[in-house]
This record gives sequence, structure tokens and C-alpha cells, in this order.
Amino acid sequence: MPTTAPTAHALSDVTASDSTLRRFLHGLPGVDAVGLEARAASLGTRSIKTTAKAYAIDLAISMVDLTTLEGADTPGKVRALGAKAVHPDPTDRTTPTTAAVCVYPDMVAVAKEAVAGSGVQVASVATAFPAGRAALDVKLADVRDAVAAGADEIDMVIDRGAFLSGKYLKVYDEIVAVKEACGTSARLKVIFETGELSTYDNIRRASWLGMLAGADFIKTSTGKVAVNATPANTLLMLQAVRDFRAQTGVQVGVKPAGGIRTTKDAIKFLVLVNETAGEDWLDNHWFRFGASSLLNDLLMQRQKLATGRYSGPDYVTVD
Amino acid sequence: MSEKTEKTEPRLSVFKTYKLYVGGKFPRSESGRVYEVTTQTSAAGAAGKGKWLANAPLASRKDARDAVVAARKAFGGWSGATAYNRGQVLYRVAEMLEGRREQFVREVADAEGLSKAKAAAVVDAAIDRWVWYAGWTDKIAQVTGGANPVAGPFFNLSSPEPTGVVAVLAPQKSSFLGLVSVVAPVIATGNTAVVIASEKSPLPALSLAEVLATSDVPGGVVNVLSGRTAEIAAPLAAHQDVNAIDLAGADEALAKELEIAAADNLKRTLRPQAVDYFDTPGIDRLTAFLETKTVWHPTGSLGASGSSY
Repeated sequence: MPTTAPTAHALSDVTASDSTLRRFLHGLPGVDAVGLEARAASLGTRSIKTTAKAYAIDLAISMVDLTTLEGADTPGKVRALGAKAVHPDPTDRTTPTTAAVCVYPDMVAVAKEAVAGSGVQVASVATAFPAGRAALDVKLADVRDAVAAGADEIDMVIDRGAFLSGKYLKVYDEIVAVKEACGTSARLKVIFETGELSTYDNIRRASWLGMLAGADFIKTSTGKVAVNATPANTLLMLQAVRDFRAQTGVQVGVKPAGGIRTTKDAIKFLVLVNETAGEDWLDNHWFRFGASSLLNDLLMQRQKLATGRYSGPDYVTVD
Repeated sequence: MSEKTEKTEPRLSVFKTYKLYVGGKFPRSESGRVYEVTTQTSAAGAAGKGKWLANAPLASRKDARDAVVAARKAFGGWSGATAYNRGQVLYRVAEMLEGRREQFVREVADAEGLSKAKAAAVVDAAIDRWVWYAGWTDKIAQVTGGANPVAGPFFNLSSPEPTGVVAVLAPQKSSFLGLVSVVAPVIATGNTAVVIASEKSPLPALSLAEVLATSDVPGGVVNVLSGRTAEIAAPLAAHQDVNAIDLAGADEALAKELEIAAADNLKRTLRPQAVDYFDTPGIDRLTAFLETKTVWHPTGSLGASGSSY
């Protein structure tokens, strides 16, 4: 992997000005797109069976950010989601809880109440999700609102327009401001919307930009565009967090979101994590799945492993 | 020019790769396995005993799982289609079968050790059977449903609804007429099917899949698997997302075992029966995989104003 990242002391002043930041980001090694996709595909061919599969399924369930981000969300639906996050499979209490529920800011209070005392976190999207097209003040108000309502995690979107037009410092400053608004209580996930960044080079730059600005998590996408998390772009981001920790000693989490629907897909992602970033990331503090329908498939596979019979959608909730 | 090429070389024959039919596509078995299919002899005895015909895919339990997913996905659209439309689609299947008559006659002759004339009679009967069931799609509701007299001011209506995903073990001996006789009634009423072809003679079933694929039947409505019946049927019988199972192709011991497994989620089960598939069937196979929905609706005759309509 030719990711010769810059030396540690360089990182402290790359964010001094727009030009130093641009020089740094454009100085990152280019991504070999063919090699990256081939690597992601080859890691997807691992055969994970029996006890390893049972471990992977439970780990994946514990990493799910159970998400509902619809205009039609009601308090009732959010409460149902919260109940499901706490007891994903009510018929089998050995099932782990999910990592978090992820909702819009106005639903944070409802979600907080629904998962109270269970250890399940409440994540809230903010900063004019999903487009991110609003003034900074509005975005910060959105974040403060969610934090005040009790959100444990904030999922922000970057300003893709600014990023694509090369105004890296603007994006950087915005992330820093949002991080400040999160205070000490909430962890910040930064969404790049990789489907809108066009190139792998841009995804690598965005990853480094987000981490330099203090993101606790870097997240692929909103789930609202055509191309969401893919093994290749997640692999790329895993390389970035690995290299960032090697440079600075700071560990950053990764969250692929959108389009991960089956247990098979989820396990492929776990293999990517293990083989790229390493075991340190195999924990729901450092890796998450942003998903809604994935959980049902994980539960059906879990039932299959437990009983030996194929399960069906009649045995999980309709969300 | 054309005369010259004809004389030069004997032509290499192009063998057909028989494949499964799952979700409207023709995959190989996920296991990569195949097994040899040979000609069968009839009771009367025929020449060409055990001649190699083709390699058929040897489906695994995972192919069965994929087929159930495909069948479940297709169920909403197929059961929601109007009965009239289903009838048209099934009639279209018969039209396509007619066009491929020669091929089926050859395959049935090989598969069941029949003379060409007898095989032709089997294929004709199968096509007619398909048309017969196509006609039933929009008539079965009148026969099995209806208005029930009740002691109150209500319209009380019963109407038949398809059961869901049906696993069908096709008859082992009658590889084509028997197959058609068990598959057509299942899908005519709006169910979707996962069909396990005759173990020793799967080729007519795999060719039928090609007909279904080209005759407006939505992908996933019928899924055809070939292989060892017992191996594929066991996970289907235990599958929680399969609503019914037709055991036509199971022997006594296997049928018992499958029926026990199927009891777990209360599958509808049709036990194997001795059937002469040449006889005109009743509607038993249609009604075996139907549920009755009953609706109560006030007549309005007890309105405050005393009016009725």
C-alpha cells in the first residue's frame, strides 16, 4: 500500500491556511482504483462459517446504527425502533443490543426515552441533513438543538459543494465548528456522501480532512443518494483511519451507511475492517453500520444458525 | 457455395447446458455440482437403456434458499394480478409449449423410455392440461367462494386467496405431464412455486423453465431445481418462509419425514397420492393451496332512517 502519509510534525500546520491544506490533501498519494476494487472484491470472498459466523453476526448486530430518516417518521415509529434496538429479537434474549438508533433531531427526545437505561446510544443527523445546504449558523443551531435534546452522537454532512470547488478550509472550519458545538458529550460522525465525491482520490482527501478537523467517526454516505457504502470506498476509508492513527496516535471510527442489506454484505465489511484497520476497530465504539433493513436479515441468519431452519420475514418486525 | 461447405466436414453438435431456473434467471447450482442424466426405460422396455443425455445441475440447499427468496419476492405481484390476467399468462405458456412440441416429445421419449407416438400423446396431454388450468384462474373463486347467509344485516362473503410460497416435489415417474399437472394448479390460483424436478428425469422440467421464461410469467413465480429430491426437499420442508408443500414426488418414508418437518410452521401439506395423470383432474389441486378469506359488510338496512339499499 503506497500510502506514504506525511510526517507527524507536518500535520500540525497543514491546516494553517487554505493553500497549505490544499497542498497537503493534493499531496496524498493517488488511489489505484482498479487495485482498490480488486482488493475489496478479493476480501469479500472469505468463507465465514459456523462459530466464526455466529460471532460475526452478533458483532454486526452490536454495530448497527438502527436508522429511520424519513419525512414520515412519527414518535410511535421511533419508539418502536428504540424497542427493537434494545431487544432486537424478543424471542431470544441472548441477542446483543444494537449500538445506537439514528433519527432526525426533533425525534431525539423520543428516542432517548425509548432506549433509556439500555446502553443504546442515540445518534442524530444534523447540519441540514442530507443536503447540507444551509448557512453555518443554521447548521450549528441544528447541532446544538440535537445535543441539548440528549443526542450522544451527531452525524453531520460536509458541504460537498465547497469540497468539490476546492474550498477545503471552509469545509475544515465547518467541521471544527460543529465539533465544538457537540461539546464533550457527543461524538461527531462526519458524512462525506462518497457517491457525490466522484473519485476515490476525493474520498481519501475528504477522509483526511475530516480526521484533521477532529471527527470521531468518518461515515460514507447519507443513504439518500444512488451510490452509498461500497466495499471499495469503505476499504479506502479504513486505510485512511489506519494511516491516521499511525501518524498521530488518534483512532477514528468508520461507519459505512446505506445499501448494506444482507448478513453476507455485513460480514464482508467486517473482513475488510479486520484485514485493513485491524482488530482494534472490531468494536462498536470504532465501527458501525448505518442500516435499517440489515438488522432483520442478521436476525434471520441468527435464527437459522440457532435452529438449523431457514427463517423468514414473518419472524421479524416490519419496520 | 453452400453445397461445398455441407460436404467438407461433419458438423460438431452443440450440446445444451441445462441450468436451474431461479428468479427468472438461469443460474448454475451455487455448489457447482452436476450429475449425469441418462435415458430411462419404461416398464415395457426400450432400447437405449442408460444412454447419457446431459449433465443437470445438482442443486444444494442454498439454491433452495435462493429460490424461496425469489418466490417470496414474486408473490406480491403474481397474487395481486387479476385472475383474468393470470389466465392469459398461463394460456401464453401453452402457446409456447405448442411451439416447442417437437423438443418436448424428444425429451419425454428419452426421459420416460416412451415411443415417439406415446411421448407425443404425453406432451399433447400436458399442453391441454395447461390450457385447462389456465381456464380455471378466474372461475375457481365462484366455485369455492360465495355469499354466506348470516343471521344479521350483513353481506358475508368468502373468497379464496393463495396460500403463498409452495414447495412442489414433482412426480418422479411422469416427468412432464405429471410436472405440469402439479405446477399449473399451484400458480393458477396466485401462489408462487419452488419446484423440485424429477430426480432421474429432470430435463423436461428444465426445458419447461425456458418456456416459462419466454411467456410473460414474471421471474420467481416458478423456480425449478434439479438434483436429489430428498436433499433439496428437507430444507424446504423446514423453511419458515414456505407456506405449503406438495409431496407428489416423495416416496412414503420421505413424505413422512418431510411432513414432520413441515409441521413446525404449520405448512399446508398435500400427501402423495396414486394418480393417473392422463385423467382429467378435479379441482383438488387448485383448492389444496387456497385460504378462505371471509368479509363482513353491513347491508345498511338498519339505518336510523329505516332505509335500505
